[in-house]
Formats: sequence, C-alpha cells, structure tokens
Amino acid sequence: MLNQSQLDAIDQAIIENLITEGIDHVIYMDMAGNTIAKHDNGSNSLDSTAFAALAAGNFAAVDAMAKLVGESEFSLLFHKGEKSSIHFSKVNDDTLLIAMFNKDISLGLVRLKVAQTIEQIDKILATD
Amino acid sequence: MALINVKTKEVQIKIVYYGPGRGGKTTNLEYINKTYREQIKTEMVSLKTQDDRTLFFDFLPFDVGQIKGFDVTIQLYTVPGQVKYNATRRLVLRGVDGIVFVADVQKDQRKKNIDSLNQLYENLGTYNLDLFKMPLVMQYNKIDLKKNNIPIIPSKIMQKDLNINLRAPAFEASALKGGNVIPTLKRIISMTLASIQDQLF
Repeated sequence: MLNQSQLDAIDQAIIENLITEGIDHVIYMDMAGNTIAKHDNGSNSLDSTAFAALAAGNFAAVDAMAKLVGESEFSLLFHKGEKSSIHFSKVNDDTLLIAMFNKDISLGLVRLKVAQTIEQIDKILATD
Repeated sequence: MALINVKTKEVQIKIVYYGPGRGGKTTNLEYINKTYREQIKTEMVSLKTQDDRTLFFDFLPFDVGQIKGFDVTIQLYTVPGQVKYNATRRLVLRGVDGIVFVADVQKDQRKKNIDSLNQLYENLGTYNLDLFKMPLVMQYNKIDLKKNNIPIIPSKIMQKDLNINLRAPAFEASALKGGNVIPTLKRIISMTLASIQDQLF
C-alpha cells in the first residue's frame, strides 16, 4: 500500500510532466484494474473506472500474447485514433501508466514525457 | 488484493463471478445492474462474442457507501465460462478479493461444475492464492428449472460435489428472475470486507 507522501509525489509527477504538457487524461493503475491516481485537464470526461478495468484486461491479454511469441513482455502499447490516442506503458510488474492525448500532441513527446514520469514514479516507489 | 488509497480515502474491491459456461454469471450481474441502477454511475461493460457469450469479462462497479471514512467501491467481474478460455479466466482473477462460484444445477452439468471448481483452485494457485483462504460464496443456479421438469441435482448432492471441504456459504438461486442474486451478493461483500478489514484499520 502506498503512503500519503508517495501518492502526493506521484500526483505531482503526473501533473508536472504530463497534464501541463497538454495530455488530456492520465491514469496510474494496478494490473487488477484499480485506479491509483487519475488526472485530466478538464477537456472532456471519461468513465475512468470502466476504462481502467478494460485497460488492465487489454494489457494482460497483450502480455499473454508476448509470451506466446517468445517475448518476455510488450512493455508499451499504443492505440491510435482519429482525434485522440492512447499510450500504455508498464511501470513495474504491478502497475501501468496510461496517457490519453489529442492529435495536437506528438507521440514522440508523449513517449519522452511518459518515460520521465515512470523514472520518477520508480524512484518514489523505492522510497518506502 | 484490494486497493486502498489513503490519500483519496478510497477502497476498491474486486469480486469475481466464476463458474462453468452458460451457468448464469453474466445474468447475475445483469440483475444486479438492473436492481441497483441508481447507485451505479457507469454502464455495465460486457466483452462478448456475437452470440452473446462472454469473451473476456463483464464489469460492473458500484459504490457501497463509506466505511470508517473510506469510500468503498465494489468491482464485479465475470469470467468467460467456456473451457477454451482458461487463459483469459486466469487474467481476470488477478488481484481478486472475493469469489462467487456460480454452479449449474442441471443434471448434465455435474461434471462441468466440478471441473470448473478444480480449475479455479489451480488458476488461483498461479497467483499464490488459496481458494480455501479466499472469501467464497457458492451459488447453485437455475433451481427454477425444476418446475419445467428438467432434471436437476439436489442441493445436498451439489454440496457434496463442490462444498464438502470448502464449507462456503451456499445459496440456491434463479438468476434469471433474480432469486437469491442479491443475498449472494450481500454475503460475498460482507465476507470480503471482513477479510480486508485487517489491512484497512
């Protein structure tokens, strides 16, 4: 279980790296489909509970596919839409970071910022 | 394992309805969704095949109010029942806090019930979880078929087949009409909450 200061630090990392860069929604969640932290920039609404459940299922299915083709994991997934896209990235064995962004933001920037956020979250999780 | 967020004061609990194909797991969730529509903020999510069989899972979250200052959300999941979907069944069990085993009382389903329960035991083992230590409620579903002269297995035999060692609370139910669906749900929620209380306080 994460403590209050860890949760505060994770919130801050997400807001500073991702939300202020213009990413619409960010969900930090566990592999069972529970939301640990969620943030958005208020641009549109999202049913984050159902989203997290589906995201966990999606990631788990792709993970199982990776094993079938002899990969230890696919640590990153990207779904491209017409107006918005979703980027999934594994933080550690138990958690995932999901970023949803619109077409005004480049995938490269999202990947860079997500990588930085994950690095920070890893450090925060290590300070138990 | 239940997710407890000390910052937002939220607890998220995962309850999985498990059992053989066409046993009534999805029907349980549909009845709950209909009955508690006002308490459920979101739509039920169903990932199913074209012929309405569960392909991955059904998902229904609902709030049960506050316990000691924490907002408790129960997340109900079903698994696909068909034998070939065991990989996805196992995925859905990840992080489970409580299980309802929905068995089918029709006579020709006897072996499928037993096989499904054995597989549940094995699947939980892959997450180092023990069915004997997990909050569990048995539901013997489709009891109403007796009226239509369809041969069913008496509850005594169901208990002997499935529950002689587990000794979980058991309900006879008819999920289609809602018979004992809500008592089953209430029982598994109270057992699951009791089991996570040590983590909470």
